[in-house]
Amino acid sequence: MIKKGSWVQIHKVVLKPEERTAQIPEETKKVPLEMWVKGFLCEDSLLHDFVEITTLTGRTESGTLIAVNPSYHHDYGDFVPELLQIDKLVKTALQEGKNE
Amino acid sequence: MNKPSDYQSVLSRKNEIMKTAIQIDYDRYNYGKIGFNYEQMLEENSYPFELTKAIQIDHGVGKTPLKELKNLTALARTCAKPGKGARIFIKDEALNDSGSFKARRASMACYQAKKLGFKGVIAATSGNYGAAVASQAAKYGIKCIIVQECYDSKGVGQPEIIEKARACEAYGAEVIQTTVGPELFYVFLKLLEETGYFNASLYSPFGVTGIETLGYELVEDTLKLTGKYPDKVVVTNAGGGNLTGTARGIKRITKRPIEIIGASVNLKGLHMASDTDFNRKSFTTGHTGFGIPFVTYPDRSDVPRSAARPLRYMDRYVTVRQGEVFFITETLVALEGIERGPAGNISLAAAFSLAQEMDENQIIVVQETEYTGAGKHHQAQLSFARKNGIDIRFGHPSEEIPGVNIILPSDISLIKTEELELDKLRVSLIKNLVKNETSLFKSDLEFLVEETNSSVEFVKNVLKANHIQWEE
Repeated sequence: MIKKGSWVQIHKVVLKPEERTAQIPEETKKVPLEMWVKGFLCEDSLLHDFVEITTLTGRTESGTLIAVNPSYHHDYGDFVPELLQIDKLVKTALQEGKNE
Repeated sequence: MNKPSDYQSVLSRKNEIMKTAIQIDYDRYNYGKIGFNYEQMLEENSYPFELTKAIQIDHGVGKTPLKELKNLTALARTCAKPGKGARIFIKDEALNDSGSFKARRASMACYQAKKLGFKGVIAATSGNYGAAVASQAAKYGIKCIIVQECYDSKGVGQPEIIEKARACEAYGAEVIQTTVGPELFYVFLKLLEETGYFNASLYSPFGVTGIETLGYELVEDTLKLTGKYPDKVVVTNAGGGNLTGTARGIKRITKRPIEIIGASVNLKGLHMASDTDFNRKSFTTGHTGFGIPFVTYPDRSDVPRSAARPLRYMDRYVTVRQGEVFFITETLVALEGIERGPAGNISLAAAFSLAQEMDENQIIVVQETEYTGAGKHHQAQLSFARKNGIDIRFGHPSEEIPGVNIILPSDISLIKTEELELDKLRVSLIKNLVKNETSLFKSDLEFLVEETNSSVEFVKNVLKANHIQWEE
């Protein structure tokens, strides 16, 4: 059970594929326009329930409950060793330039 | 009475929603068939320059340091002809609150919203502008909603945009994220109507004139540091506001001809509204996918008449490749000890090449940097690209195909800007503006000369070729 007042994220479909505008590529037209928003849960609910939330600006939004205390997971990714090669290349070029 | 909220109904109310949300009657500036009084629109809907400056200083915006990149200059000189290789400077705009020059635009939008009595602001942006509006809204004590295009249909978010959502939320904004598609504008309009908040458009007169302080400062700073005026200024170009505002600011401080060069990263072949292309690009702004359409038709923005009209101010427009920008971003860290975001370094990559055409005693100024960090960092972006099947390797930049590979230059001498023909862009702009017309008034023709920064003869030739008549 997720308690009323919990900080949650919901998901909803804004436009179904058939409702999308004409001037977009085929691959985009085939999929819905989806939306995610966070807010405080209005009633005790279960994950994946259709719920209402109150957002930070005090608006009411509804959609499927997908996360509680949603976190950020973006990072610096896997190490890209080419960056070390760039360092070496430019430092060497600068040094050689100074020696000339 | 509840108004219908379906797509077509909301879009049909676009003009009235906009008028309420930005409090500008754009129609009153129109004349002839296609013309509009740009200068009058700016003058009547922005603040005098000195006041803009004062408002910004009062809210912690601007007065960023200008820094000479001595090692990068020395590196450029190693591959320039004898006597060539201008001094390269950057205006370190990353040091604004919220980490980019966008604070200059946001400060004016929030000031205006507060002054007009709006309870909050809304901006549709996936970029630094969202963080800037959220940060300034926090300062002004008004509410803020940021709408951003963030995910593809598989729910995979662009790391840079996810970081921007985090920043906006850190500044207390409500963030609404959508999948790919221009219908984000529908979500945006519905929110404006529902909340009655102010449209903190990137393209409003007060937003764009808010950047004039940047152009003014960079000349002032260059004079202080070197006793000279800059010879060239490079501006990363997407929607055109950065270039427009900077150029106007430069013209405020000096009548000298300082060359204004727009620079975008080349994303040729990738469609900006494509669900599958979305995560195959490593730059979410500053690219040709925005730059060229906005240069050739500025009024595609979220206001009826954009205050960003880059073709009026641009002396040259160059492109660089994604791999070149990543290379320069890493070089800035390695040689100057300055770690900044890749999108802000598009103009730096261009300047590295352009400096080599210039004399040693000349000065080229890169007018912005942006913050970096998780998601936004070039390491994060390259790693994300690699995970999406993009081939990353060293080679000749001309081998780069956007969405397929990223080519890191195998030698510094290979970093070279490519020139876009301004006359071709001028022709496109004229064609876009006259596409529903068969004849024009004399005033329209004069408007087209201003819009394209060309000549009466040039415009007449394009009109002739497109079978459009005009009044003499």
